[in-house]
This record gives sequence, structure tokens and C-alpha cells, in this order.
Amino acid sequence: MAPLLSVSGLTVDLATPRGTLHAVRDISFDINAGETLCLVGESGCGKSMTALALMGLLPNSATRRARHLAFEGGDLANVTPRKLASLRGNRMAMIFQEPMTALNPAYTIGDQLIEVHRRHKGSTYAAARERAIELLEKVGITPAGERLGQFPHQLSGGLRQRVMIAMALMCGPTLLIADEPTTALDVTIQAQTLRLLIDIQRDLGVAILLITHDLGVVARVAQRVAVMYAGEIVESATAASLFRKPRHPYTRGLMASIPIPGRTPPGERLGSIPGIVPSLIGEVRGCAFRDRCAFAFAPCAETVPWRVDNEHGWRCTLPEVPAEAAA
Amino acid sequence: MTTLLEARGVSRTFTVSRGMFAKKRLLHAVSDVNLHIAKGEVLGLVGESGSGKSTLAKMLLGLLSPTRGSIHLGGVDVIGMSRLDMARRIQPVFQDPYSSLNPRKRVVSIVSLPLAVQGIGSAEERREKAIAMLSRVGLARRHADLYPNELSGGQRQRVAIARALVVEPELVLLDEPTSALDVSVQSQILNLLLDLRGDLGLTYVFISHNLAVIEHIATRVAVMYLGRIVEQSERDALFRDPRHPYTRALLDSVLTPEPGLGVPDTGLGLAMPNPLDPPPGCVFHPRCSELGHRCRTELPRTVQDAGGLMACHLYDGGVARPHDCLSPLPACGERE
Repeated sequence: MAPLLSVSGLTVDLATPRGTLHAVRDISFDINAGETLCLVGESGCGKSMTALALMGLLPNSATRRARHLAFEGGDLANVTPRKLASLRGNRMAMIFQEPMTALNPAYTIGDQLIEVHRRHKGSTYAAARERAIELLEKVGITPAGERLGQFPHQLSGGLRQRVMIAMALMCGPTLLIADEPTTALDVTIQAQTLRLLIDIQRDLGVAILLITHDLGVVARVAQRVAVMYAGEIVESATAASLFRKPRHPYTRGLMASIPIPGRTPPGERLGSIPGIVPSLIGEVRGCAFRDRCAFAFAPCAETVPWRVDNEHGWRCTLPEVPAEAAA
Repeated sequence: MTTLLEARGVSRTFTVSRGMFAKKRLLHAVSDVNLHIAKGEVLGLVGESGSGKSTLAKMLLGLLSPTRGSIHLGGVDVIGMSRLDMARRIQPVFQDPYSSLNPRKRVVSIVSLPLAVQGIGSAEERREKAIAMLSRVGLARRHADLYPNELSGGQRQRVAIARALVVEPELVLLDEPTSALDVSVQSQILNLLLDLRGDLGLTYVFISHNLAVIEHIATRVAVMYLGRIVEQSERDALFRDPRHPYTRALLDSVLTPEPGLGVPDTGLGLAMPNPLDPPPGCVFHPRCSELGHRCRTELPRTVQDAGGLMACHLYDGGVARPHDCLSPLPACGERE
């Protein structure tokens, strides 16, 4: 079966006063219907730019190139803006990090939910309202009928994010792109919201591209994971395989950096990654992680091969990084 | 162990205007908080947004005075203490190293400013002291003459830590010091804070919403909910055997990087409290999974046992009396 979304050789360049910033550098991944893929990485690694590039929402200073970009079997790379607008919010929908800025403060949540459905489906007001009530109930906002008349500021952050989820689902999309959907929420609300997302995915069979920096979220939600560093995918595997045996020195460094309750002895030194992320302005050659890597040697400045072991892939000069990599 | 800082029955209210003609209302940001911080310990203060952690922090720093209760520092009431004196003994490190450093000053003058304010040493000595402190937090001499915007987030947070430590305070109040940083940088800062504490014998109040970080760094933990401390115990006791239902839900919500476990069900309801109109009885009862009749009407007392302090009817005679379950009133354990 063809994947729901197929991305090959996606590149995003941003024009900045200091030169071209290579925000996303030649990345490829597929998402199958109904599965969850997590894009994980630290700030500036290009994960959000990837999401915006897929939705056609890049800023004007950005240029997007791709060898191949297909969604639901149709070409996504060369569609007209009008066709893309008809897909967006309809077949593919997005959930942003900050629900307060993503919702319009001047309209009731009912207006905003109903508008999406009427616009994409051409439905009557009554039918769209019924759909809105159905979805608010689905995301646990009750009594839904009364909530429709409320404004975003009358809801707590957790409920607002639920409204965003309901809105994204209004037209029955096949792909949900969620960019740090729980990062702005408190821990207890985060767990509740993620559970809701998982339940919805199981019930509706929608695929999710989840973008996050939080390895805990990745481990608990993802089926497959792509780790991004400096605009590239440096490792890609099933969640089970990635956490059991991370291959890339960067992934290993990340995993050693977080204290794990019950496993990391309290008060002991944590692992860390020395140095900082390199600038992506101008030409980037070789492995972008080599300045921070304990195993770097001369060939790392050349083109780095993509290695594959079963379904686990990673980009590294060394065929096998020694196990004690997490220094 | 000597008590360094003690808060007794500290409360703080704010008057909130709800529009031009509406009556002003009282917001209870912090209610009846008791804290003892002993020299050398790390008190972790945990709570979600709106729990009053930051208001409490401001009161501990002397930036805000309590409406009720008292705060003693080294046995002296802070009300009589001058700002200068307070600043010498307690120093803060804030969450966002992008907004907490003056963008128009060089790193060395940012770090030496507290010395100048305290009137310590000559300009040359202050510069030397600042550079020594910068090297202590892992920054090179060449960083001293840079501006904050020339530094990364982790380096800026190191500058903020150097600025806090340069006057050799007794207590450092860290308000979400690693929350704005990337994971790999967060661990560098946590390592630094642990080293500094060991080397300089510092006492920390560490505020965070990240329980994994709190478990790693704190020696004692206080959990806040809607302005109150609901549980307070030693680190190991709290994480091994959390007792307040809210603490349990918080710990259950932590997503450790272990695949295959799924997302936990915290058992919490969606009824988020409005701080302007807090629920009667126990403030946590609308979301509690062990709600009983008493919880709706009676504010729980703070009781102490071997494990620590907690404010929950479960540990003070139970949530319901037997006859409650037979009455036609809302049933025991029923969720609202």
C-alpha cells in the first residue's frame, strides 16, 4: 500500500541578511495511514519548518524544494495554492503549540468550529453545528452545546487545546500534524491531552505527525521516530528500536542527558553534549554533529553515508559507534 | 541543621478588577504556606501554572510582601531587613536567560553589578572577581567582554548563575532555571548547579514543573496546588511513596522515555479550578479521584507523620464517614 504521505529530498532554505540558512536539508520520510511518526529534535533543528513546508505555510523568505512530495496519492509539490488551501484543514490539519494564539479571540469557539466545516464541506449551518457538538463531546468538552457560545479566553489552556483538536478533526482529515501540541500545557494536562490524541487516532484511524523535543512524549506516543539535527534526519527507527539501541552519537547524547526517575541516581552527573549547534548559514558539509562528537575523525567532514540495519537507519561515518558513546 | 529560611503562615492576596463596574475580587495566590529551609538542602517546589510558586518565590526574595504571615531569614524577620541586605543573602536565577540579562551591558559588567551595588571592592577587584566567577561557571575569559546576544542560551544561563553567586549569597532561588533550555544544555546546567552546591555549600530553592529534574536535584520537595502546599516530604519518600492524590497524579503524569508503556491515565477530571472562585472544602476536590463527602465542605488540615506533611482528609480521619455512603446526597467517590 502506498504511504499516506511520502516526502523525499525535502529542502527548505531561508533568506536571511547574513546569507542563506539551510533550515531543512534533504530529508525523506513516509507516513502510513493511521500511524504516528514523531519528529524529534532541539530548537533550530528544522522540525517545525518541515511541518510548515508540508502544509504550504512557510514564510515568504523561505524556498521549498523536494524530489517528491505526495499526499493521498496526489502530488503535493506542484499543486496550486487554491488546491492546497482546499486540502489544508480538510484532508490534513494542524495543531499548534499555543492554542491561545491559534484561536481567534474575537469569535466564539462555535463560530470557529462551524466555519471550518462549512467552508470545506459546504454544509448547512445546522449540520456543521451538529458536527461541532459531536466533536466537542468526543474531546471531552461538556456540555458541548453551551461551550459553543464561549470565547477562547473563557477556557483553560487544556480545554483550548482540546478545542484545537476538535477543530482539526472537523472535516475528518487523514493526517494530523501536531507541532509541540502539549508543550505549553501542565504535566497532568499534557498526559490527559496525549491520551485523548491516542484515543482519537485509534477511533478514527487518522495518521499523526507529531513534532516534539520531549523524548518522554516520543517514547510513549510514537510508532516510528525520526531524530533531526541541524536540518537533517540523523536517525530513523521504530520507537522500540530507537530507545533500545540508539545508534547515532547525537541520539545517544540526548538520551543520556535526561534524568530518568528510578534509573538515574539522584544528584549524580548527567550526560551532556559539549558545544553548541553549528550555524546553518552558508554551505554545510559533512556531518553537522562532528564538532560535538567524541568519535569524530577526518572522514566526518566528507559526505556521510546513511546506514541501515533492518528498519533502523542512521547517518554516521562509523559503521558501528562504540557502545560507551554516551559520555 | 540550622534553619536558614522560615515561612510561617504566609499568604498573599491580590485585588483583581473584573471590568469597570464589577466589584473588585480577591485572588488568593498563596494561602497559609509554612516552609523551613535548612542550610545546605535543596528544596524542590513543584506545581502547575497558577499554583502560586512564583508568587511564593517573590515573597521569599523580598520583592513582594506577604499579606499575612512572616518570613524569617537566619532568624531575622525580613520585614525589618533592607533590600540591600536581602539581596546579599538571597539571589535569584530566572527562567529565561534571554530577558533576564541586560542586552546593552557586557557580560563582565552584568556579573560585577551586584558587587558594585553592595559596594564591594574597587572597580578592578570587582572585574577580577566577576571573571573568576565566570570561569567557575564554565565560561572562558574571552566571554567576559561579549554582549548577551553573542552567547547561546546555555551560556546566558551560566552568566545569570555567575551573577547570582558573585556576592556569595546563602540561598539561591532558581525559578525554572532549565525550562527554556534544550535537553542537552539542560543537563549541563543541572550538572553545574550540583557541582556549585557541593563546592560552595549553597542552599537552593529550586522551582520547576519538571518532576524528573526535581527528583534529580532536590533533597526535599514541596508540592503546591492552587496556592497551598498539599504535600511536603524528603525526596526519596515523596517519589517512592507519594500520598496526596494530587502528588500521585503528578508523578503518574511523568512520561519517562520508555517505549511501549503508553500514556498513563491520571484519573484527574477536567474541572480546572478558577483561582478567583476556588472550590469550597479541599481546593483539589473537583479533580480528585478519591473524593469523599468531607472533601467538598471541609478544608483539610496539614498533618504530619513520619513520611512528611500533607493536607488531605485521607490522612486525617478519612474522606467520608460511614453514614455518608448511605445518604441520598452525592455518593461517595462520585465525580463531579
